[in-house]
Amino acid sequence: MKRLLSILLCFVSLSVFANEPAGEGAKAEGFNPGEMILHHIGDSHEWHWLATDNGNFTTYLPIIAYRPGKGVSVFSSKHISNGESEGPAKEYDGLKLDHEHLVSTDGSKLYDFSITKNVAGLIGSAILMLVVFTAVASGYKKNHGRAPKGIQSFFEPIIVFIRDEVAKKNIGPKYERYMPYLLTVFFFIWFNNLLGLTPGAANLSGNIAVTMVLAVLTLIITLASSNKYYWAHIFATPGVPKPLLPIMIIVEVIGIFTKPFSLMIRLFANITAGHIVVLSFISLVFIFKSWAVAPVTLAFGLFINVLELLVAVLQAFIFTLLTSMYIGGAVEDHHDADLQMGYDDGSASTHVSH
Amino acid sequence: MLPAFLSPELGLIFWQLVIFLLVLFLLAKFAWKPILLALKEREDSIEGALRMADQAKIEMQQLKAGNEKLLTDARLERDRMMQEATQMANQFRETEKARATAEANIIIQQAREAIQQEKNAALAEVKNTAAKLSLDIAERILRRELTDPAAQTQLVDSYLKDVKLN
Repeated sequence: MKRLLSILLCFVSLSVFANEPAGEGAKAEGFNPGEMILHHIGDSHEWHWLATDNGNFTTYLPIIAYRPGKGVSVFSSKHISNGESEGPAKEYDGLKLDHEHLVSTDGSKLYDFSITKNVAGLIGSAILMLVVFTAVASGYKKNHGRAPKGIQSFFEPIIVFIRDEVAKKNIGPKYERYMPYLLTVFFFIWFNNLLGLTPGAANLSGNIAVTMVLAVLTLIITLASSNKYYWAHIFATPGVPKPLLPIMIIVEVIGIFTKPFSLMIRLFANITAGHIVVLSFISLVFIFKSWAVAPVTLAFGLFINVLELLVAVLQAFIFTLLTSMYIGGAVEDHHDADLQMGYDDGSASTHVSH
Repeated sequence: MLPAFLSPELGLIFWQLVIFLLVLFLLAKFAWKPILLALKEREDSIEGALRMADQAKIEMQQLKAGNEKLLTDARLERDRMMQEATQMANQFRETEKARATAEANIIIQQAREAIQQEKNAALAEVKNTAAKLSLDIAERILRRELTDPAAQTQLVDSYLKDVKLN
């Protein structure tokens, strides 16, 4: 645990220090913190690691664009990326970048399926998750019937927590079929939140497209597993006078969509806000152009970064918890539990069913 | 128009959907399934072991209680047997004593009767002998006409000496 903590602290301090040179490149021509921050939390077609006086360290990622009529064009973003330098946008194959937005030069319709920084980060985190959890799973094969060891013993309590405290309590006896989704979504968000905090990495979980996909998946799973009580509750809300029903139906139907919408916005806003705050503190150095503010930057940057570590796991937990609550509301068997979402004590009912 | 970071990009939505579903599928198959199964198995085995331990404890207690009962029973049985034996012995002793006393009494009685008989017989014999002797003496006295009283007395004495009461 101590070792883990020190590794985490390493990351924290790294991201504070390592972000400084990134901003320094822009210092030359009137530093614009707003632009720098938006650039950092946004997506890009190349992976810009850091800039020094001798040049930029950038990995150019593949551009994949589909234009109806012209077909798919694939090439390296090296051909159209300007990097940090100013000047007219480079053009290649009738495509150019307009503020990191791929557009065709003749203004025709274009679908951008490029492996952007976020997609590359996504692939990286997907591989990381697969490696980590197959390693955990192999631990169970190796130590069959014995106490967990190593990485397995780190993740086991978390998995058990998600199963017992989140899934069982909120979904009830039918929790088992939702476990893969809940676990995957929890660890996906957590891993990407942490990866997003590391310097130079992609801000994946703070991207609204990513959170939207997750929220929509939750919505689809909720609707797919809903039973008649769920719909009865929406179209004939118990205890509501008849004349009010039309209004209630509208409210309830909107409620179906506001739940995943709130999931999407909550995760996106929390992670993005955290990044903006950290980057703002770092920007102070360049705004004041003085080392004197460095202690303030460092102290507050460190504080926010540590806070973000907490937020990283908290947001993953909240997303998973709310997802299981929504699913629990959809699969609930008895009808009397209007006010309480899901089961109060799913473990008790599962014990009974054993 | 929304700012860039608020508008979801189609490309990222596509890749996120594809990669996330792929990760979900692969993890579900190769990680979550074996992990959850192993966890469940282990929990079941622990629960089973605990239940078995409880059962063994109860059985142990029952066994212990049974043993105790057996022991108590045995002790009671022993006590009862001892008591019975003592009682029987006492009874036997009593009866034996009574019988011995009775027999002794009979023997004494018989002895007494025998003694009485012997005594009676002896007395009868003494009487007979005395009578016979008296008759004998009287006869001898009568046979010899004794003149001299002194000589008479002497004679009686000598006869008496002769006779010797057996």
